[in-house]
Formats: sequence, C-alpha cells, structure tokens
Amino acid sequence: MTNTKDAPLQPNRRRALKTLAAGAGTIAAAGMLPGLPGYSQAHSAEPIRIGFQVHRTGIGAAYGRWYDRTTEACVAKINAEGGINGRPIEIVAEDDGTDPKRGAEVVEKFASQHNCDVSFGTLFSHVVYGSAPRAGELKMPYFVVSEGHHVASGKLNRYTLQPGITDVKSQVQAMAPFIADNLGKKVTMIFPDFAFGHDHRDYFSAAFEAQGGTILEKIAIPPTETSFTKYFPKIPRDTEVIYHVMVGPAVLTFVKEMGEFFGPSSPEIFGFIDSLEAVDMASPGLEFLEGSYLWEGHPRYAQENQSEFDKAYREAVGVDENGASISDSKDVSTYAHMFGCWETLHIIKAGMESADYKTTADRAKLIEAVEAMTDMPHSHAHPQGAKVFNGKTHQTFGHQYISKVSGGKLVLAHTTSIEDTLYEDEVDYTQQSF
Amino acid sequence: MSGSITTPTNNKAKALGLHLLIIGVLAASFLILPDYHSGIIARVLILAIYAMGYNLLFGYTGLLSLGHALFFASGMYGLGLAMQYLHVSPLIGLIAGLGFAAFVSAVVGFLALRTAGVAFMIVTLMFAQAGYLTILLLGEYTRGDEGFVIKQSQRIVAGFDLTNATNRYYVSVLLFAISLLLIGWIVQSGFGKTLVAIRENEERARMLGYNVQLHKWLAVVISGTMSGSAGAAYALLFGYVGGTFATVQYSIFPLLYVLLGGAGTTIGPLIGALFMFYLIDISSQFTSAYLLVAGVALILLTLFAPQGLAGIVRKRVIRWLP
Repeated sequence: MTNTKDAPLQPNRRRALKTLAAGAGTIAAAGMLPGLPGYSQAHSAEPIRIGFQVHRTGIGAAYGRWYDRTTEACVAKINAEGGINGRPIEIVAEDDGTDPKRGAEVVEKFASQHNCDVSFGTLFSHVVYGSAPRAGELKMPYFVVSEGHHVASGKLNRYTLQPGITDVKSQVQAMAPFIADNLGKKVTMIFPDFAFGHDHRDYFSAAFEAQGGTILEKIAIPPTETSFTKYFPKIPRDTEVIYHVMVGPAVLTFVKEMGEFFGPSSPEIFGFIDSLEAVDMASPGLEFLEGSYLWEGHPRYAQENQSEFDKAYREAVGVDENGASISDSKDVSTYAHMFGCWETLHIIKAGMESADYKTTADRAKLIEAVEAMTDMPHSHAHPQGAKVFNGKTHQTFGHQYISKVSGGKLVLAHTTSIEDTLYEDEVDYTQQSF
Repeated sequence: MSGSITTPTNNKAKALGLHLLIIGVLAASFLILPDYHSGIIARVLILAIYAMGYNLLFGYTGLLSLGHALFFASGMYGLGLAMQYLHVSPLIGLIAGLGFAAFVSAVVGFLALRTAGVAFMIVTLMFAQAGYLTILLLGEYTRGDEGFVIKQSQRIVAGFDLTNATNRYYVSVLLFAISLLLIGWIVQSGFGKTLVAIRENEERARMLGYNVQLHKWLAVVISGTMSGSAGAAYALLFGYVGGTFATVQYSIFPLLYVLLGGAGTTIGPLIGALFMFYLIDISSQFTSAYLLVAGVALILLTLFAPQGLAGIVRKRVIRWLP
C-alpha cells in the first residue's frame, strides 16, 4: 500500500486551483452564495451513488443483462424501504465491455467523474484483476460479484471485497464429498485449458483425493476447440464419474458429442451450471444430461421446499419458477450467480449504516464495518442462503447446491454445509493500511 | 538562405518544434485537467506509443500487420513475469520487457517477411493467435486469460511511486516524449526515408540498391519493440498483466488509431488514440452499441478523409507535417 511518505507532490498551481474550488464549495455549502440555496439542508438526502461495473457487451453480456435486472430490483426494494441511512441509492452503470482495460477506466470514471461512493458488480475474473489495482489506488471500495478466488488468494488489496458470493475454491472443494460418497471414486476431469478450468483442475483434484478418490485423467480442452470427439477416447474405461466444466458457446456441442460417444451406457456425469447459465435446459442436445448432476450457486427452478426469501427475490427480479424471465420464457436467467448482486447491495447498505457512512471520507470506515461482519442469516437480504463472512480474507462462504437433471428440469439433490466450503486463510487484508 | 524557402533542415526544425510543443502542452495539461481526464490521458499516451510503433510499420513502411498485440503482450509479459517470478526492480523489468519484445519481433519479422501483402497480414495474425494460445497454455505462470496484478508495493522506482496519479502522468508523458522524438528522428533520417521509398515502390528501392528485406526487418523490430515498450509501461503504470491484451482486438486497436489519426504522420497515432477513446467513452453514455458508433465514424472517415485527421492537416494546412 502507498506509504504516507510517498504521498504525491501536487503541483502548486493545481493545488491552488483546488483550494479555490474548495473555498467556493464551502461558501456555497454554507448557503452564502445567491443562487445556490439550501445545499447544506439537501446534503442529508443526497443519494448514495453506487458505480455499477456491468458487462453489457462482450463475452459476459448474458450475465450482465441479469446482473442489471437484479441490481435494479434490489435498489427499488432498498429505496422503498428507506434507502441507506435515509438516503436513496442511485446506480451509475457503466459498460466495461467485459474487458480489463475498459474495466479499469470505468472504475476511474466512478471515482473521479461520477463521484461514486463505492463501486460494485464485476463478474469476470480478468476484469476484476484489471480493475482492482486502480480501485485500490483510488481508495474506492470495490465490491465484486465474481466467484473468482482472486480476492481470498490475497492477490488484490484492502479496497476489494467479495462478500455477496462464494468463490470457486470453496465451491469446488465442497463438491468432493458428495461425488465421492454418491457417484464414484474414480473421476476423469474435462475442463477448458485456461485459468477458470485450471482452478477446477487444481482445487477439485486436491479435495477429491483428500476424500480417498482418484483422478484418472485430466483432459484440458483448448479454448478455440469447436468439436470434442477426439478427446473422448482419452477417457479411461474404468472412469466412474466425468467431471466437466466446459463454458462458452461450444458447450451444447460438447454435451451432444459426449452423448453420441457414450450412448445409453455412460458413467455418472457431474458438471457446473456455469456451462449452462442463461441456456434453456430444453435446448436440443441437452437431453443427454438427463440423470446427471450439476452444481448450482442458487437453484434455478423453484423447488418444492422453496423458501419465502427465494420466492420474494424471484418475484422482485421478475423470474418465473423455471428460472426464466416472467415476460419471456426463452430468456433464461443466470440464476446461479446473480443473487450475488442482491446480497452485495444489502451488505453495502448494512456496512454503511453500521459505519454511519456520510461521505467518501468514510470509505475506510465502511470497509472496516464490512470486515467486522461474520454471520449473515438466510433472509430477504440473503435469499440464496446463510453465509459466513471472513473479514480477513474479504471472502464470504455459504451453502452450495447440487441438482439432478430430471424431466428436463433441475431438482435439488443435495445442499452442502458451509463447513464443507471452508479452507485456511491465505491472506489477512486487515493488516494492510488504508 | 531566404526565410521563404522551405528546406529539409527547416522542416526538421519545424517538426522538432511541433513535437516539443505537443510534449509541453501535454505536460502542462495536468495542471488544469480534472482528475478523471488526466488519468485517461496517461493511459491514452501509452496506447499512443503502441500506435506509434504500429505506424512505423504500417504508415511509413506500408506493411499491414494484424498481429501487433503479440508485441504489446511480449513487452507486458516480459516485464510482468520478470517482476513476478524473478522479483526484479521495475527498471530491470522494463528492460526485460523491451528485450523480450525485441526478440519476439525479430523472430516474427524474420519469418513473416518471407510473405507480402495479404499473406503478411494473415501470417502476423496467426503468430499473434499462437502467442495468445501460448499465454493460455502456460497458464500456471501467466495466469492465462485471468492475468495477474503487479502490486502497488512493487511499482516504486527509487522511492518514486508509480501508482501516484501525478507521477504516473508525468512518467507517461516522459515515455511518450521519448517515443515521439525517436519516431520523429527515425522518419526524417535516411533510414526513415528509405522505408517510405519501400512503401511507395519496393521494386524501385531495390533497384536503387537498398537492402529492402533488411530495412523491412529492422522496421518490424523497431515497431515491435516500441509496441512492446507500451505493453511493459501499461503493466507497470496500471498494475495488470493479462492475456486479453494478446487477443486479436488489441491488434486491431492500433490499426484503428492510426487510420483515424493519420497513417504516416508522427502525431496521427496520438490523435487517433485520443479520438477513439473519447468517442467510445462519450457514446457509451448514451448507447450500449458504442462500438457501432466507432465503426460508423471509421467508415465515414475512410470515405471522406482517407488520410486520417492529421493527414488532412498535412494536406491542407501544414504541408511539412512529418
């Protein structure tokens, strides 16, 4: 972190201009300038400005569309309930193009041009990595909704937090006991040959072997691949479970070709819903997934034992019982991830109220208030389930869901404990200065 | 000599004066620009260096590369990996970035220059794609598409904190100034004139006795190294190294900057990078189809001002513009 002795030496003229501007602002705020009456009275009702870094274009656009809707719904709810400390939330949305360079520019825009109090919303890990250094330098609290392990790994900074969604390391390791106990002990992994796939390869292998299981083969698929038939013969014959995490537009081809390869006698199949977020389970080719299992961050289909919190959240965002838009049944949501926006906004609200947040000068107090949070009970603020936040690692931990594809729908088969998702701290951000 | 007669020496002096004026304006702008815009200008200057490197090859030598992202990423990863794993200082990292970009561009130039025209475009594109896939393949070290952060504590040179807004701005100006003056000197040197001669008529240049292949290879190496220096500077100043910068869109960006600003002009890349940034930044406030706006602007400019903005200035106002 920047040491105070390294504080910037601002050129005199600039400092003078700023001083003049500050002086004028002070006079105006005191209501002493004609034409600018009442600013000081209006201050308490000024909105809390939250910069929303949204993937409106680029590879993350489908996620961005639903992150946008969830955010709008959540802000409407919070504002209807009185806002934050009586101040309404105003969302300032900027498209980052799912690009790390643009992401960093957007964070700069929130901090320096839009005068946002905090920023939030980023999903794709490379955008988080590209933006987080600038958030730290600008001392802008940056609440990401990414599920990457980047925050808890200690690679980022004190201003970056992930309190509203669990990370891939905890998700993956929590799958190992269920697979070992219910599906089989011999696994072949098929994953994309880039960072996301490598996280699964490394974290799942370690967790599964700790359960007494064996990884027979790790099949990495190059990201440019459009046909997968040549990889299937590499699957060992004694494989009991195939673990797949293919993502991107080729996933439908992958599933179809895997179905054609195995025919009716396939091993058990376990995958991550990331492959099929915003994809209709009734899409041609996906029938092969019938009987297989998928991790879900939040069950897409309304379950028999649906909580009142999920019901209210689903209704507020405009999602039907099949996980699609109530206005268009073909517009399938990214239900397993988008709850993170809802929960993160509630955490920002709770943090600001706890810190008695008033201005951007209170940003450090806000971060300390969030760091002090621990238990987050299942509630209207946390419809996905209860969570435990680790203030040292800036990462939340929560239940994971495993669903079985049954009749073309996803039926909840298992809910992990939070304890299954915990791992040793890799960083203590509270030791870093502001 | 009479003051009314234009000589090459006069033009060189005028060009140098113009470049120094631009550098001076940029240096002074920090005092009046709002924080957001001064931060953006710092980034645009680094991208302008990237485009200046590209322009040497495209605008002055007539070789259209679709793979310059490879050189940008080489500089970025040369610095990033050296700092991350060898824990070298930023200055040594910068040298590593420049060295790696020079090496990659020397190899790519040697192989790609066996082709010409459309084939050269395709071969450079393929090399860049191979570079991108290599970054993904070596994900254990490069962190592939996700990339990695160069921490704030690592980005301090002799107590000079590069994460500080003022310092970052003036380092950007300094790097841009070095690149601009270097390019200005190159294009007005005999070597630069030979590149233009190759661009205008390669066979004639060869007939006149110039070693065309060597000149083209040197142009690739200088161009690639300068683009790599921009990649290294980006990583150092903005703290991020990632595979995205090796993707094809980052090969297209400098081409767009140069086309918009004016190919074969020293100030065109800066104008193009500035124009493109603000076009996207402003239009994105009104529509998510901002790339369409950028595309339409490019088409209009190509139709009505194919020389680019600086090209128009050179054609109509300042004929000595280098």
